Amino acid sequence: MWVLLGIAVIVAGFVLRFNPLLVILASAVVTGIAAGLDPLAILAAFGKAFNEARYVSIIWIVLPVVGLLEAHGLQERARGLIGRMRGATVGRFLIFYLLARQGLAAVGLTSVAGHAQTVRPLVAPIAEAAAERQSGDLDDAEREQVKAMAAATDNVGLFFGEDIFLAIGSILLIKGLLEQYGISLEPLQLSVWAIPTAIAALLIHGFRLWRLDRRLNRAERP
Amino acid sequence: MITLHWVYALAGAIFAAFALLGVNDTSNPRARRTAAFWALLALSMWAGDSLGDLGNGVLVLGLVALAASGLGRGGGMVPDRVRQERAGRFGNGLFAIALVIPATALVGTLLFKGVPTWVDGKQATLIALALGVVIALMAGCLWLRAGPIVPMQQGRRLMDQVGWAAILPQMLASLGAVFALAGVGDAVGGLVSQAIPQGSLLGAVIAYGLGMALFTIVMGNAFAAFPVMTAAIGIPLLIRTYHGDPAIVCAIGMLAGFCGTLLTPMAANFNLVPAALLELKDKHGVIRQQVGTALPLLAVNIALIYCLAFP
Repeated sequence: MWVLLGIAVIVAGFVLRFNPLLVILASAVVTGIAAGLDPLAILAAFGKAFNEARYVSIIWIVLPVVGLLEAHGLQERARGLIGRMRGATVGRFLIFYLLARQGLAAVGLTSVAGHAQTVRPLVAPIAEAAAERQSGDLDDAEREQVKAMAAATDNVGLFFGEDIFLAIGSILLIKGLLEQYGISLEPLQLSVWAIPTAIAALLIHGFRLWRLDRRLNRAERP
Repeated sequence: MITLHWVYALAGAIFAAFALLGVNDTSNPRARRTAAFWALLALSMWAGDSLGDLGNGVLVLGLVALAASGLGRGGGMVPDRVRQERAGRFGNGLFAIALVIPATALVGTLLFKGVPTWVDGKQATLIALALGVVIALMAGCLWLRAGPIVPMQQGRRLMDQVGWAAILPQMLASLGAVFALAGVGDAVGGLVSQAIPQGSLLGAVIAYGLGMALFTIVMGNAFAAFPVMTAAIGIPLLIRTYHGDPAIVCAIGMLAGFCGTLLTPMAANFNLVPAALLELKDKHGVIRQQVGTALPLLAVNIALIYCLAFP
């Protein structure tokens, strides 16, 4: 039961706003000691896991491309483009992106879009430009909200699309775990049951995006 | 054969370029410390496999020490007026270059699986993504008549904005490995199975769905919560006692966990990293926007399990 102290360290560390990297390391040390490991073994286990998880951090290689394009006016161009498209609103655009993200994830293409690949260079600036035109006078809080909503829409689309794909990690994890209990299932039997939630996610998040549009549509009102 | 190690070599080179360009950056008050951080990350990408487990642990200590002492942010943004002028000059081709990366990732993922002797099929998407970056960089530099330093300087500027949050997801993944080694999941499962109400199907379904979401919030990852909650509640109660359909219970139970992922700073790569990348003032701004979707969707998931799995 003492190993749960590591979770307490994480929660306390986040609440007290210590540097999260430091909190994570402290939690690993506390958990390891509670489990009877010596400090060097904990450090080695953490180092091994860190090395094996390097693929998580390679997404940053897209930043030079994003930076190059931004220095040459990508965001300004996104504003110009949306400015000329009549009827393009932040809500409609993000619902379109949500559908596209869910659809791509549902056929297993989870990494073709994402916060670094598509949200920062394309989705957020286009959403911001549309919101500027709709409201006429977008204040700072609304600008933050629109950018955060662009990132949130990417997450919702990914999470509630990917499980429809047969060979995604979570489906394989479910299959593997059930097999340990003598229940044998095909991935397809599992992935079809991701569809009702995918539809619910589209409806709920789509409704919220429609409401965001309603709030921002100031400029077009008399 | 092209493997993930080629991508690590490329990533190492890019982090090394960030370090070299940042070390004498007079606009960054903590230029050396920041450069040292990216240099250590470059070392990890290039030489991680030959450092040994303890060596990698020491490298992590170095990264954390630098981050905790405070990294700085360098400047280098091109003035608004210049960007406006360039946007008019280069036009929609800028989008074409931006779309090269997802398009290459898409096509490469589909094609590379067909040539298993050339490309490691299991890593097809990440390799295709890296190829897309290389193509977009070359095409962009040629068309925009920019030297190779320009994208690296601009990339360094964006990387400085993200700062130490860049390795938060990797650190959390590593913590998960230590948790697994120490048996944290079993301990939580033991607690949860004592806490649920007896004799109520609805109570058990709610405990499973809420438990998945709550444990995911704590661990930052539904994959860590799923085996624990399913062993504690899903299998013994929902499937064996109440004869629920295992496919429905588990598939939708996992998605209840995903609702938790939308609510937690522990899922740093989805929730904190984009806040840094989009330069939001509130680092929990993305989570705040997700609450309104995650909570109703969690209720829908619990209702779906209750209605669909128990005919």
